[in-house]
Amino acid sequence: MYAFDYHRPASLAEAAQLLAGNPDAKLLAGGQTYIPTLKQRLAKPAAVIDLGRIAELRGIREEAGGVTIGATTPHAEVANSPIVKRVIPALAALAEGIGDPQVRNRGTIGGSIANNDPAADYPAAVVGLGATVRTSKGRAIAADDFFTGMFETALAPDEIVTAVHFPKPEKAAYAKFPNPASRYAIVGVFVAKTAGGVRVAVTGASPCVFRATALEQALAASWSAAAIDGVTIDPSNLNSDIHAQADYRAHLIKVMAKRAIEAAG
Amino acid sequence: MRVSMTVNGKAVSGEVEPRTLLVEFLRQHLGLTGTHVGCDTSQCGCCVVHVDGASAKACTLLAVQVDGSTVTTIEGLAQGGKLHPLQQAFHEHHGLQCGFCTPGMIMSAADLLQRNPDPTEHEVREWLEGNLCRCTGYHNIVKAILAAAQSMRGMAKAAE
Repeated sequence: MYAFDYHRPASLAEAAQLLAGNPDAKLLAGGQTYIPTLKQRLAKPAAVIDLGRIAELRGIREEAGGVTIGATTPHAEVANSPIVKRVIPALAALAEGIGDPQVRNRGTIGGSIANNDPAADYPAAVVGLGATVRTSKGRAIAADDFFTGMFETALAPDEIVTAVHFPKPEKAAYAKFPNPASRYAIVGVFVAKTAGGVRVAVTGASPCVFRATALEQALAASWSAAAIDGVTIDPSNLNSDIHAQADYRAHLIKVMAKRAIEAAG
Repeated sequence: MRVSMTVNGKAVSGEVEPRTLLVEFLRQHLGLTGTHVGCDTSQCGCCVVHVDGASAKACTLLAVQVDGSTVTTIEGLAQGGKLHPLQQAFHEHHGLQCGFCTPGMIMSAADLLQRNPDPTEHEVREWLEGNLCRCTGYHNIVKAILAAAQSMRGMAKAAE
């Protein structure tokens, strides 16, 4: 690790002020991605702003029939939350499948979505459920506008995720084909029947989470695994790497979508 | 920067750089070398300790992040010179060969058993996702954890 200055603000306002005054500073939430990045010297921040002690950023509450999760809430807390399990069990199950228990004890939802790793699980839930990302600038960013590309989001450089609000779906489930070592998604598919229609979000398969509109249309016509039999997934924009070729990922999207639809009931 | 924390029930403090990892603070500043550094990439779990009661990988935490926290390492498990039931069970069931992964295995398992005192074999194996052993093939590790769970349930019942 390169040396850096360290700040531990006690409030969101203080954190936002520090970030605005330090263009070369980076935010630290759970650190389960960022600390390994620092250790490999892939990043050289002038300062690290630790969000870990800001009480207002952490916690889970019911809101408008859905669930609002504070940005620094760890995955284990989401996975074990009685509120999340009751209102959106698919979201609790997704959180339970991230990484390993120690990663889930430290890693946070805000950190995951702000990082927007192409193979992360949370982006699939945020897009699949049509969630809203709230920020320190008072913005409420729709999921469809938040994830803009590989490791890229709609956040301004001095903007901090404060919470994510998930509306309650009628039905939802997530199915992933994990990398056996890392548990990152080789392909993960989140399906949801929501008040605004059917949503299918795919992670792991391409440089950024995306909505599989052909699957959505087929499922809107008939909510069943058989309904997507005739749909063809175009592999041309999908990733090919040592774990899976693009055409195999295209195949997995349909298999995971079917498993998710069956799990959602 | 000065950090202070409670490690194995004892108040400690030390001068660290912001980039000092918790595992470096434990091993190099406090001399608690029971917490191992295996892969140093958050995968192997040899460095698992408890921070405020929850298991965490000490190679993926800055010492400054846990300033003010309570940390338990493998050295803090045995009480009054008596091995913790997990340590005893690893001994009895030959849950180790080289022993390098053992501190992390035991600290991880201790977190599982405080959440789930009666896990199934499958639940134990799932929980060990973040702990790698390259010697034993996990069989006796799982056996040891299940045996420890049983003995701890017996102790809890006897205490009632």
